[in-house]
Amino acid sequence: MIGALSIQQTKELFAYLAEQFAKNKAFLTEIDSAIGDGDHGIGMALGFARAAEVLAEKDCETVNDVFHHAGMAMLGSMGGASGVIFGTMFMGGAKRTGPFGQLDLEALTALFSSSLEAIKQRGKAELGDKTMIDAYEPAVCALRQCCERAQTLLEGLQVAEEKAREGMEQTKAYQAKFGRAKSLGERAVGHQDAGATSVWLIFRSMREWVERIGG
Amino acid sequence: MKKVINESNRVVEEMIEGFLAAYGRYYRKVPGVKGIVRQEKQDKVAVVIGGGSGHEPMFLGFAGEGLADGVAIGNVFAAPTPDTVYEVAKAADSGKGVLFVYGNYAGDVLNFDMGAELAENEGIATKTVLVTDDVASAPPERRGERRGIAGDVLVIKIAGAAAANGLDLEEVTRLAKKANDNTRSIGVALTPGSIPDTGTPTFTLPEDEIEFGMGIHGEPGVKRTKLMKADELTDHMLQAVLEDLPFQAGDEVCVLINGLGSTTLMELLIVHRRVSHVLADRGITVYDSDVNSFCTTQEMGGFSITLMKLDEELKKYYNYPAYSPFYAKQRLGE
Repeated sequence: MIGALSIQQTKELFAYLAEQFAKNKAFLTEIDSAIGDGDHGIGMALGFARAAEVLAEKDCETVNDVFHHAGMAMLGSMGGASGVIFGTMFMGGAKRTGPFGQLDLEALTALFSSSLEAIKQRGKAELGDKTMIDAYEPAVCALRQCCERAQTLLEGLQVAEEKAREGMEQTKAYQAKFGRAKSLGERAVGHQDAGATSVWLIFRSMREWVERIGG
Repeated sequence: MKKVINESNRVVEEMIEGFLAAYGRYYRKVPGVKGIVRQEKQDKVAVVIGGGSGHEPMFLGFAGEGLADGVAIGNVFAAPTPDTVYEVAKAADSGKGVLFVYGNYAGDVLNFDMGAELAENEGIATKTVLVTDDVASAPPERRGERRGIAGDVLVIKIAGAAAANGLDLEEVTRLAKKANDNTRSIGVALTPGSIPDTGTPTFTLPEDEIEFGMGIHGEPGVKRTKLMKADELTDHMLQAVLEDLPFQAGDEVCVLINGLGSTTLMELLIVHRRVSHVLADRGITVYDSDVNSFCTTQEMGGFSITLMKLDEELKKYYNYPAYSPFYAKQRLGE
């Protein structure tokens, strides 16, 4: 079973993410339309497409470089709250950790733990506010636990994906504290948060990619 | 929905190209980003506005004489990126600082704050005033959380006039904030708009129902009701606006009736007719009105009503002339 992605494989991971988000654009947009303004899927698809495009042209010496360029590409192309938040998800940890020569569970855990803090600082959201944090924080906690148990990258991603999915499901029960669903109060209950859904899709796609490489 | 576009992912770029092809005499592109500034840099505080595309003429159409100096333009219904905000601020600044004015949305706040940080790092002084006029989006005790809708027009008007009169950054900021504090709006939606990328409606409403308090991106409002006659609907909307500030007998106000896209000028004028009657009955004087589509949501049906309460100071700046291809006001008053 594969324990790490090379720099090249990490770059290709973003091409796979771009493919998956292009496929799920309509699905995410539908979720967002229920309680937001319906552009989330468009923004995410655009951001990952741009990240894949930029990475194809960039020389990267570390995983940090890959994450940094991907995050910058998302930040510079998407706009909206998702541009800053998901841009920070990839670039937020890249400058503060490592450098890592390959993407193993330890590197991923360090990068995402650090970016989780950066996102919370920037966006001011906490668990239960019906944001991407509701999926991201439990997923990152899962990565940390798996890392402590010296599990593999794939095992870590499998648990993180499951925790992200649970977190995403739980957002259905919450009222929104941020973003455009905020004014809805009770009416946001019953709908899952689009950002949390994207987090789950990111972990699912990462897990699929690692399986694919390993298989 | 049927749209007159080419590539769905090029609508914003092509819109800007078209705007500059038409009005390049007055505006120029900020290189490398989706932003425009006035052709001639003015020796004064720069007012920079911005937000998602799809609301035209807001924000693109509110740069001009006595208005904003630069516009940071986002993708459809999405805030502009931080580098866009930064580049536009840099292009507009004349050394006297930049005031950012935009609607209070999470994405805009995040991106403008990051853009402002980048500008501050370069030694550009910045201030921010968020427009929070939509009474439907939060109760009065949480007024700071409210969304900005068509009230943008009046806040930009006052900020632009204050800057054009040579006031410093502190004073321009104070006046823009004062304009916002005195402005209240509410909107209703009758039919959905669409996002050009998908062409699909952003929400569904039964043929005989309307959504009260709906946002300008198609965000759901506070309640759904049966469609009413224009007068009855206007009365309900005015009630929500009037009791919020509250506006009282003896007050002097500016009125803005804003169409959301597909509601016609005929309908908007019918609404204004009723607004003028109700305000007169309540002893509130209408100083000036505007009836048009200023802040739209593609082909969304519906409209909003905005009132700004004037005092002598706000009136002085409101009276200052303004010009852009989509909004003009001649010198009023003395």
